[in-house]
Amino acid sequence: MSTKPLAGSDLLGLKGLDRETLNHYLTTAAEFEQIIRRDVKKVPTLKGKSVITLFYENSTRTRTSFEAAGKYMSADVINISGSTSSTTKGESLRDTLLTLQALTADCIIMRTPFSGAPEQAAAWVDVPVINAGDGMHEHPTQGLLDAYTIQKVKGPLDGLKVAIVGDVAHSRVARSNIWALSTLGANVHLVGPNTLMPREISQLPVTVHNTLESGLAGADVVMVLRLQLERMSKALFPTAREYHMTFGINEATLRYAKPDAIVMHPGPMNRGLEIGGDLPDGHQSVISQQVTSGVAVRMATLYLLLGADGIEG
Amino acid sequence: MKTILLRGGHVVDPANNIDAISDVLIQNGVIKAVGLNLVATGDIDVRDCSGLIVAPGLIDIHVHLREPGQEYKEDLTTGLGAAAAGGFTAVACMPNTAPVIDSAPIVRDLVTRAKDVHKARLWVIAALSKGMKNTELTEMADLKAAGAVAVSDDAYQVQDPLFLRRAMEYATMVNLPVLLHCENTTLSECGVMNEGLVSTELGLKGLPREAYELDVARAGLLAMLTGAKTHILHVSTRGEAELVRHFKQKGAPLTAETGPHYWCITDEAVHGYNTHAKMNPPLRTRDDCAAMAAAVADGTMDAIATDHAPHADYEKTQEFALAPFGIVGLETSLALGITHLIQTGKVTWTRFIDAMSTQPAKIIGVDGGTLTPGKAADVTVIDPDVSWVVDTASFVSKGRNTPFDGVELTGRAVMTIVGGEVVHG
Repeated sequence: MSTKPLAGSDLLGLKGLDRETLNHYLTTAAEFEQIIRRDVKKVPTLKGKSVITLFYENSTRTRTSFEAAGKYMSADVINISGSTSSTTKGESLRDTLLTLQALTADCIIMRTPFSGAPEQAAAWVDVPVINAGDGMHEHPTQGLLDAYTIQKVKGPLDGLKVAIVGDVAHSRVARSNIWALSTLGANVHLVGPNTLMPREISQLPVTVHNTLESGLAGADVVMVLRLQLERMSKALFPTAREYHMTFGINEATLRYAKPDAIVMHPGPMNRGLEIGGDLPDGHQSVISQQVTSGVAVRMATLYLLLGADGIEG
Repeated sequence: MKTILLRGGHVVDPANNIDAISDVLIQNGVIKAVGLNLVATGDIDVRDCSGLIVAPGLIDIHVHLREPGQEYKEDLTTGLGAAAAGGFTAVACMPNTAPVIDSAPIVRDLVTRAKDVHKARLWVIAALSKGMKNTELTEMADLKAAGAVAVSDDAYQVQDPLFLRRAMEYATMVNLPVLLHCENTTLSECGVMNEGLVSTELGLKGLPREAYELDVARAGLLAMLTGAKTHILHVSTRGEAELVRHFKQKGAPLTAETGPHYWCITDEAVHGYNTHAKMNPPLRTRDDCAAMAAAVADGTMDAIATDHAPHADYEKTQEFALAPFGIVGLETSLALGITHLIQTGKVTWTRFIDAMSTQPAKIIGVDGGTLTPGKAADVTVIDPDVSWVVDTASFVSKGRNTPFDGVELTGRAVMTIVGGEVVHG
């Protein structure tokens, strides 16, 4: 890649990003992981830059991860949440964004319940916009950190079988992973009840299954999606008990996958529902590694989009 | 009032089986004669119409003029002006205003004030239920006496089948057609675009075609049961067209319309979260576009109507799910038909004018849609060959919300005559 090819651009989704670009994020993230594993994590890379996180949904993990990423690189990070923002006073998203831009933000990181809002935002402001999860659309840094984690543990993704299990219909994590993992050469399999599969999903580069037995067969990676209990009220599945019996990942069902398969979860988890109570703590789980990878990936993202001169500043 | 002689145009008058070069003479506000080498004396405005189509005035029976109450989106002057600029000599406005058009005084006020605009004629569609709340019938006899030509709850479609049956029975008694936006809102839930591959990729909630088809089937059955003159608004799917065909063959008193956007663009236009491609029913697929063109050609879609729905820019400049449904259509409808139906050879001029003028008048039971001598001189003169680029900045309508801004189209109304007066061109 040429120097600073991504500087000034946005990260809105992983659909359409080519293998070279994805790898550029991943190799840069590897360099940042070296830094955050040091005793002194702070580097001056983004000193003097201001990064704003604008979160219209509750999030501890992702917002903290972005905040840590910015702070480890010496950026000034300002957090704005939906409840404290002026949207409660009836201001439009566009006006809020223009205000943040006028406050001389260098980058806006956005989490929203509305699919597509970051893409719209990117057209409204000049500074880079990073999608930190939009509705049911994409969560690109999650997709990148998942790809990064898999690659770190399993090696190159080419030919790996990844099973994504659960509520695909409502999952932005699933969509970002489908695009990234398939572009990087993995075979993506989706497993879940028909009620949680969106229409025409099989036209994406995936294979769809209705049983864990077929979906997990020979899998190298089992990625478990969070299941929101309120979905039950819409007749999407009958009970938590039946869901766990048919699509829950536990010691028994994990045996359908390869013996050395890894288990992933984007968090927050419902232990005993989509994932067995002890599984996240077991030797096949890489869930904690995902969190650490998240910081490295988000540092890489900020670094690449803000076009800093060198990783160490 | 000046006498007008439209000389040498290609006259397309489906009601009178005319599809030939002819003159049209307009005197004292009415069609005086249609024929070759017409002569007239006195102060005459002679217009050379060679190379142009001369048609009975176009009528759009599905527009939102936003009066009363939402004049920031559109008002009678801009709405009826936009209609005239688009070649329409009459439009019928929907009652989803603030307040809702559900009482005789509101109907009378609109009818009276529209006449002072001196642009397109206005026909008023009244609400089917009070406040469009689907719980109490409107005073349909009184509304009709005040001038309402049809009843509809449009997008606030009655879901309770018994209430709808009663409404249709009552409307039949007072001889008002019932216009139905067919959507089973339990099945469509809170969707914002067509349910399919694009909605899955974009993570937007889908409006499944089946929700609309299911309700067209209900409308067809209730039309058979009640005998109500039933009109299906904005058909968008192949399945709906097939159901309309089915019920017409069974003898149901059913008519239907589709709109220009349903035959020329698909849900792919939503990519980029383009709120100017958000309307309900939503843009569908290429297969549905082909089905709509075919259904216009074979008359299954009796009429073409735009569902002209102006909104303020700031309302459309929101998150996709929050932006209101609807696009403007009056100033692009004719050209989208000529470009995508006529030029492609899918629809003849006669059928096209029938769908744009003759049938719309019949559906709402008003005069118009013909050049029969003695009738009011509502005439549209069309240049079928002129190329132009849609520029929303030049719209007469206050609404700029269209997915067609910057698109090159062919064909345009060069003159719109209402009651013998030139109101455009």
